Amino acid sequence: MSASVAAPRSLGGALLRRPVAAGALAFLVVLTIASFAAPWLAAWRGLDPEQVNLLARAQPPSDVHWLGTDELGRDLLLRLLYAGQVSLTVGFAAAFGAAVVGSAIGLVAGWAGGRLDALLMRLADLLMALPVLPLLVILAALDLGKLGLPPDVAGAAWTGLARIVVLIVLVGWVTVARLVRGTTLSLKRREFVLAARALGARDRTILWRHVLPNAASPIVVATTLSIGNVILLESVLSFLGLGIQPPTASWGNMLTNAQQTLWSEPMLAVWPGLFIFATVMAFNLLGDALQDELDPRGRSG
Amino acid sequence: MIRFLLGRGLQIAVVVALTSFLVYALIGLMPGDPIDLMLSADPNLTAADAIRLKALYGLDQPLLDRYWHWLTAALSGDFGYSRLYAQPVWEVLWPRLGNTLLLMGASFALSLLVALPLGVLAARRAGGLVDNTVNLLAFAGISLPSFWLSILLILLFAVHLGWLPAGGLGDGGLLDRLDHMVLPVAALAIATVGQHLRYVRAGVREALRQDFVRTARAKGLSERRVVWGHVLRNALIPVVTVLALDFGTLFSGALVVETMFSWLGMGKTIYDAILGNDYNLALVSLLLATVTVLLASLAADLAYVWLDPRIEPE
Repeated sequence: MSASVAAPRSLGGALLRRPVAAGALAFLVVLTIASFAAPWLAAWRGLDPEQVNLLARAQPPSDVHWLGTDELGRDLLLRLLYAGQVSLTVGFAAAFGAAVVGSAIGLVAGWAGGRLDALLMRLADLLMALPVLPLLVILAALDLGKLGLPPDVAGAAWTGLARIVVLIVLVGWVTVARLVRGTTLSLKRREFVLAARALGARDRTILWRHVLPNAASPIVVATTLSIGNVILLESVLSFLGLGIQPPTASWGNMLTNAQQTLWSEPMLAVWPGLFIFATVMAFNLLGDALQDELDPRGRSG
Repeated sequence: MIRFLLGRGLQIAVVVALTSFLVYALIGLMPGDPIDLMLSADPNLTAADAIRLKALYGLDQPLLDRYWHWLTAALSGDFGYSRLYAQPVWEVLWPRLGNTLLLMGASFALSLLVALPLGVLAARRAGGLVDNTVNLLAFAGISLPSFWLSILLILLFAVHLGWLPAGGLGDGGLLDRLDHMVLPVAALAIATVGQHLRYVRAGVREALRQDFVRTARAKGLSERRVVWGHVLRNALIPVVTVLALDFGTLFSGALVVETMFSWLGMGKTIYDAILGNDYNLALVSLLLATVTVLLASLAADLAYVWLDPRIEPE
């Protein structure tokens, strides 16, 4: 409740004093830089991640290919890094989108109360209760052309990315909405909010200036923890062939191909999974540490 | 109590009706129109035939009329046919529901068997080495992509060691069925145990802080009786609630694990139905999954009342 946002410097310092959190943060920074620097790495090594070379299929690690090549002779490390761009982008975008939508719904529900609140919260209950993955599997198969999108938009690679972000936001806003609604409800009757109202501040100003900042810590914690989840969802959908489509690499769809050569090339199935695992783990450990720092009593309501 | 059950039953009915309409409407947006599929299968069909076929199957009717037709048929027990299996949907789903419940039940039990003692152990040594190790392991479990875990299990136990089958249901014998269950149950249990561990640990930590624990200790109860008799029962109350809310997650996990191990359950059915343009089967499977999940959460609410007699069901 006391939590106005802790000053960034002290928060950063506190995180760096925790070895696990510091390690997780360092890993994520290195991974992000490496992923988005992949084009330069490719140019420097003289490699092309899309270049199929059937004479160099499934080679072991070498000076040229640091992690070897995949079943089509493409450099494995480069593809892993390009896939990292996709996973990190989807992870950040969907988690951020869910936080924004969730905050808005939580603010409105908590502030307005009454029927609107009841309706929105029942909707949240419903989404919590539904088996998410089966629902996403069905939604991900929708033909965007039949929704009225022109074929060149519906078929473009970035549409696949946007589609998966939208789907995850659609089911992912619930946690943040509940947290923000809880904070809004309890702040609504606090003196400083009543004072602001008495002074004639508009609802929007009160929500934006007084209520939202007080909900910032739980939002940050929930969002950090959700990035890992989003990356898991994206990778499983891509793995099932319903997410990011080849030739765009994603850790999930790299595993789809690797599954077919499991017997002969097991390492192709090990690396992408290891990247997913390490990334998701890092986000979760970071979120856990943030929770300890920002909200020591655990789950805040 | 009866009012409570009636209220919840009504709630479940509303949710199922809403979900069914939503999914029914979405199915019109799926790739692969059934008439188009027929046309491509038979080159002798003309455009006029297509129109007649549309009228014959009622596909020229407005969405609401078609949904109403589907709903009234479903309410009288007719859920239509599966295109993929050329059988009534219900006959396809019935045995698969059993397979899914077997898989989910076994892995849920296994997961709790591990999570309860470990979670209690970690909570009693809060902040210590054991606690930190258990917490790290729990996060590792939560962060493991279940499809990758399944691949690794197949790689190790089926490919390298050759101890266990890589998938399927077995030939029907009990021992063979158990053989085929080991890997999928282990995969699903590992995928859920991390979250369960964290719930138990948090619940026990909270319960240990309560006054009655001090009272129990003060009156000279052994630590074992305090923890397993007093603390655990109180700690379980919030745990049961979150476990029920997590039932949907368990179902999602089952979809992946069933697909990986060719375990013919509901999750694999939904996935196969979507890939095979068998949308009626997909719709009914999703509804059945939803009903199962909602019933599980109702069961958890009842367990909640049983665990904590202070709670009056609303």
